[in-house]
Amino acid sequence: MPPAETAAASAPENPEEIRAVPVRHPGRWVAAAIIVVIAVALARSVATNPRFQWGVVGDYLFAAPVEDGVLKTLELTFLAMVIGIVLGILLALMRLSANPLVSWASWLYIWLFRGTPVLVQILFWYNVAAVYPKITLGLPFLHANANDLITPFMAGLLALGLNEGAYMSEIVRAGIISVDEGQSEAAQALGMSRLQTMRRVVLPQAMRVIVPPTGNETISMLKTSSLVSVITVPELLFSVQQVYSRTYQTIPLLIVASIWYLAMTSVLSVGQYYLERRFGRGSSRNLPETPLQKLRRVVLTTRRQPAVVEAPEASEERR
Amino acid sequence: MSTPMLQAEGVHKRFGDNEVLKGITLRVEPKEVMCLLGPSGSGKSTFLRCINHLESIDGGRLSVDGELVGYRQHGDKIYELRESEVARKRAEIGMVFQRFNLFPHMTAAGNVMEAPVHVKGTDRRAARAEAERLLTRVGLADKIDAYPAQLSGGQQQRVAIARALAMEPKLMLFDEPTSALDPELVGEVLEVMRQLAESGMTMVVVTHEIGFAREVGDTAVFMDGGVVVESGPPKEVFANPKHTRTQAFLSKVL
Ligand SMILES: Nc1ncnc2c1ncn2[C@@H]1O[C@H](COP(=O)(O)OP(=O)(O)O)[C@@H](O)[C@H]1O
Ligand SMILES: [Mg+2]
Repeated sequence: MPPAETAAASAPENPEEIRAVPVRHPGRWVAAAIIVVIAVALARSVATNPRFQWGVVGDYLFAAPVEDGVLKTLELTFLAMVIGIVLGILLALMRLSANPLVSWASWLYIWLFRGTPVLVQILFWYNVAAVYPKITLGLPFLHANANDLITPFMAGLLALGLNEGAYMSEIVRAGIISVDEGQSEAAQALGMSRLQTMRRVVLPQAMRVIVPPTGNETISMLKTSSLVSVITVPELLFSVQQVYSRTYQTIPLLIVASIWYLAMTSVLSVGQYYLERRFGRGSSRNLPETPLQKLRRVVLTTRRQPAVVEAPEASEERR
Repeated sequence: MSTPMLQAEGVHKRFGDNEVLKGITLRVEPKEVMCLLGPSGSGKSTFLRCINHLESIDGGRLSVDGELVGYRQHGDKIYELRESEVARKRAEIGMVFQRFNLFPHMTAAGNVMEAPVHVKGTDRRAARAEAERLLTRVGLADKIDAYPAQLSGGQQQRVAIARALAMEPKLMLFDEPTSALDPELVGEVLEVMRQLAESGMTMVVVTHEIGFAREVGDTAVFMDGGVVVESGPPKEVFANPKHTRTQAFLSKVL
């Protein structure tokens, strides 16, 4: 069969790609122009206004006290989230318990810790020594001075962690409830205990619902942890405050803190993205692309553009 | 007479004021296949769930292989079983659900291995080999490492059957196993069940597949409103139902 005939025969099944003149969007161009003008003006002002003291920012960005503060902030965030997640799971299980007293105790905890400002809770734990000067644990010779036990760091960590537990419990509970009841039924029908059912079947599936808001909570905790600066915990904000109370370079040092907070929250956001992918496993046939995969695909298909006509999927992707 | 695999005597169950089972009496001998039919809401699923104590009964006696379900009799006193004891008994009864209820975060093999490894304490390698054997038996040798979302309904239900078989149950319960399937996928699941029945498994099957009940079932039981209306050899029950309610139901599904 001559090749010309083959092409003619297959033409109706493979119509040529449409090459239409796209609709113009003048409004978009105007909006873009306005944004660019404002951005340039702002950037110029920020860069040239001497009161921003960018030199000072540079000097302090990696200064020892600032770096110590960053580490303290990370430590505080990590430990508070660990306490919050463990407590949250416990409270969620208690809340779903068939025992009404247990369920009610959990409800009361959540009501108390979500209903009062976290700053008040921080101050409360810092001053708890005034209420219970001696912590006795109920045993005659086992007691400690509350002021020794509850250092500012401990008070801050306790306040953040206990508060987070209340919020995490609601997240975990929503996750557990989101799992179809047929799942625990199937697990129990196989002879699995309640605990095994929870650990092996329900919680792994609840993760899909639990992980995204937990990521948000972690990012939020990183920022909220700055509140413990009021009880002299040497985290990032307190560290820069210490410096500017000496040097009066308030704005540049707050910029230093902001740069670090931004850097840390950005890294956490990326981590969150990959965690969500990991826990989405089994729930859909195809996982969404990672940004890296997307970048690679875009670069590769753009470079291969002249050749894409023969690959239907590739032309699909180019749109 | 040998011990029946399943014996129900006047089983009652109510949810609040709603009495769902109003005295069910029936008996399934070892290696027998009993098919349960009846209109929606007649209590078929509830009865199956009572058999492995996913629901506890409010009255009557229910025993599997000569032992009370959920309770222990000592003299003339009856004691409630502890959770771990109930779980151990459940492990001896396989259950297959209308909506498959596979664990979506585990592969086919993972689903089948789960209970042997975590309930029986079977070594992982042995459990994996057994899972591969069972999945091959239900015709899924090429889907061993597929996730449920990558399988058709019929394939998922066959994995669910393999999962139940992995615990080497002495009794299998099926709750409308083909009702959620596209018509062209029903056959493959019924075929696996037919082979299972031929291999000598004792089965209680809630189904509306009259053809299956007639060919594979040893008894057909028609339930309505929480009572057994009629029972007997399937051919007789289907050919000349005695009760008007059975006639009305059969005229709809046949
Ligand atoms: N967990 C439950 N709580 C309250 N009512 C229930 C529950 N399960 C089933 N029922 C009721 O019991 C009746 C019988 O249900 P079911 O056993 O599912 O019937 P079938 O399987 O024959 O369609 C229905 O009226 C249903 O509403
Ligand atoms: Mg039902």
